[in-house]
Amino acid sequence: MLPTSIAFVIGFIIPFFYGIFLSFCKFTTVADWKWVGFKNYGRIFVVNGKLDTTFLHSLWYTSLFTVVTVVIINLAAFGIAMVLTKGIRGTNIFRTAFFLPNLIGGIVLSYIWMMIFNAVLAKHHMTITTSQWSAFWSLVIVVCWQQIGYMMVIYIAGIQNISPDLIEAAKIDGADGKQLLKYVTVPMLAPTITICTFLTLTNGFKLFDQNLALTGGNPNHLSELLALNIYDTMYGTTGWQGVGQAKAVIFFILVGLISVIQNKISRSREVA
Amino acid sequence: MAKNKKLNKAAQDVSAVRRSKHSTLLTVIFSIISLIWIYPLIVVTLNSFKKKAFIFKNPFGISRFPLTEGFDKWKKGIDQVFFGVRNYVNAWNKTGFPKAFCFSLFITVGSVIAIIICTSMAAWYIVRVKNKFTTLFYILCLFSMVVPFQMVMFTLSKFANILHLGNPLGIIVVYLGFGAGLAVFMFTGFVKSISLEIEEAAMIDGCTPVQTFFKVVLPIMKPTVMTVTILEAMWVWNDYLLPALVLNINKYKTIPIAVQYLKQSHGNIDWGAMMAVLVMAIVPIVIFYAFAQKYIIEGVLAGAVKG
Repeated sequence: MLPTSIAFVIGFIIPFFYGIFLSFCKFTTVADWKWVGFKNYGRIFVVNGKLDTTFLHSLWYTSLFTVVTVVIINLAAFGIAMVLTKGIRGTNIFRTAFFLPNLIGGIVLSYIWMMIFNAVLAKHHMTITTSQWSAFWSLVIVVCWQQIGYMMVIYIAGIQNISPDLIEAAKIDGADGKQLLKYVTVPMLAPTITICTFLTLTNGFKLFDQNLALTGGNPNHLSELLALNIYDTMYGTTGWQGVGQAKAVIFFILVGLISVIQNKISRSREVA
Repeated sequence: MAKNKKLNKAAQDVSAVRRSKHSTLLTVIFSIISLIWIYPLIVVTLNSFKKKAFIFKNPFGISRFPLTEGFDKWKKGIDQVFFGVRNYVNAWNKTGFPKAFCFSLFITVGSVIAIIICTSMAAWYIVRVKNKFTTLFYILCLFSMVVPFQMVMFTLSKFANILHLGNPLGIIVVYLGFGAGLAVFMFTGFVKSISLEIEEAAMIDGCTPVQTFFKVVLPIMKPTVMTVTILEAMWVWNDYLLPALVLNINKYKTIPIAVQYLKQSHGNIDWGAMMAVLVMAIVPIVIFYAFAQKYIIEGVLAGAVKG
């Protein structure tokens, strides 16, 4: 208990609360802070009287990225899981293959794909960072490749948990494949769908490694997701640490909100 | 009646044939998809044995000339492209891969062991000794699971600096602290389901609380221990930002940091060395996966359901 508490205080409690405090200060190290109130928060959006849209762009870009990846990953993972629960030959090998990319870390993963993207795009005289959209879709592909296997495993477990009696009953009542999917499988999978949706949602929102390694925020900060934007603000230019910390607080509130909503939804389902 | 039965059987046979045809088709389709799925890994492996110039000139082939220009020419082309293990030697020297591997291994194993022992005890204590402090601690643990790393990265790395935790041993403390939330949450969930009577019986037989924990409680918790081990190990092994900020980078590079620095320190990426280092980074993971697949997938499931 004691070692955990001490480590927890060092590793989380102090950094977290001190972090909130520092978001209201101007500082370069943890010791030389000066209270500035909400100035940092203001400087996220307005710099020298001019509107700065970097953070808003990043927020919008991240949201779009998250929505796209959530939809693709969940649909693909669900589809693969449906097939792999039919008992076709080679199911185990397929499952192994699909899950594998998930174990490889974001940095390593990104360089594998950077080579492939650059090789393919070079033929069209482009690179990943030609525009924010080439960067966007590169990121989407990498993240989908990484996470589909993971979500697939969760969906497979969910589908296998549906009682065969239920499906049998529906079949006797004359339900065809489509109806079976719509009225039995999907409703029975609702908890699994909730879990996977929110896992992919937070993963997309918090994505950092792949963004750093694959695009580095290029071209011109346009492909920066929130996490990388915060990192850049904090370590990119001196004197901006406070602003970076303020952005981090906003980021934390957004991620926290997602979690609270998830909690509410799964709770309400438990009651029903 | 008999005719009817026969008809029925015939119909079943037809549907069985249809189903098996259907499933063979699916097997074929999925074999192709699976191959495409791991194709990037194959390409990287092939490219790691090619000369730098050909990695981008001909990324997906293994020969300088296409097979259509004749087999002999094709075969000669392979020799011209083939670079032996020189990319590996290059990468080995440039990244200090053996060292990086050892640091990664040490930090991962150390952190996981620390997390398992410390948090399982803490969870046991939280459940068995209920007071204001333990309740608050538990709530804070739950809370910490929601907080993104960017929120604490600056203060955490500076404090780790002040406390001289910027080495492989010190970073274990940081991982224990930042990884505690999930582990404590999972262990408490399990401890609650252990009946008190077993522990009481052990106590009556003369076990001290510490003995009771290690000889009775910990063995019962084995499934959760496996889950937490897998989840935390996957996280720590692949983590980039935390060690990059906390560790003294010039001295200690973990594998993700070594890979990332192969790019930064030279401006232009040496793709030959990069391919080799990627393969070296992937191989241990694949080996580990081959042996522990069952536990990994179980761990992921348990983690997803509870998280």
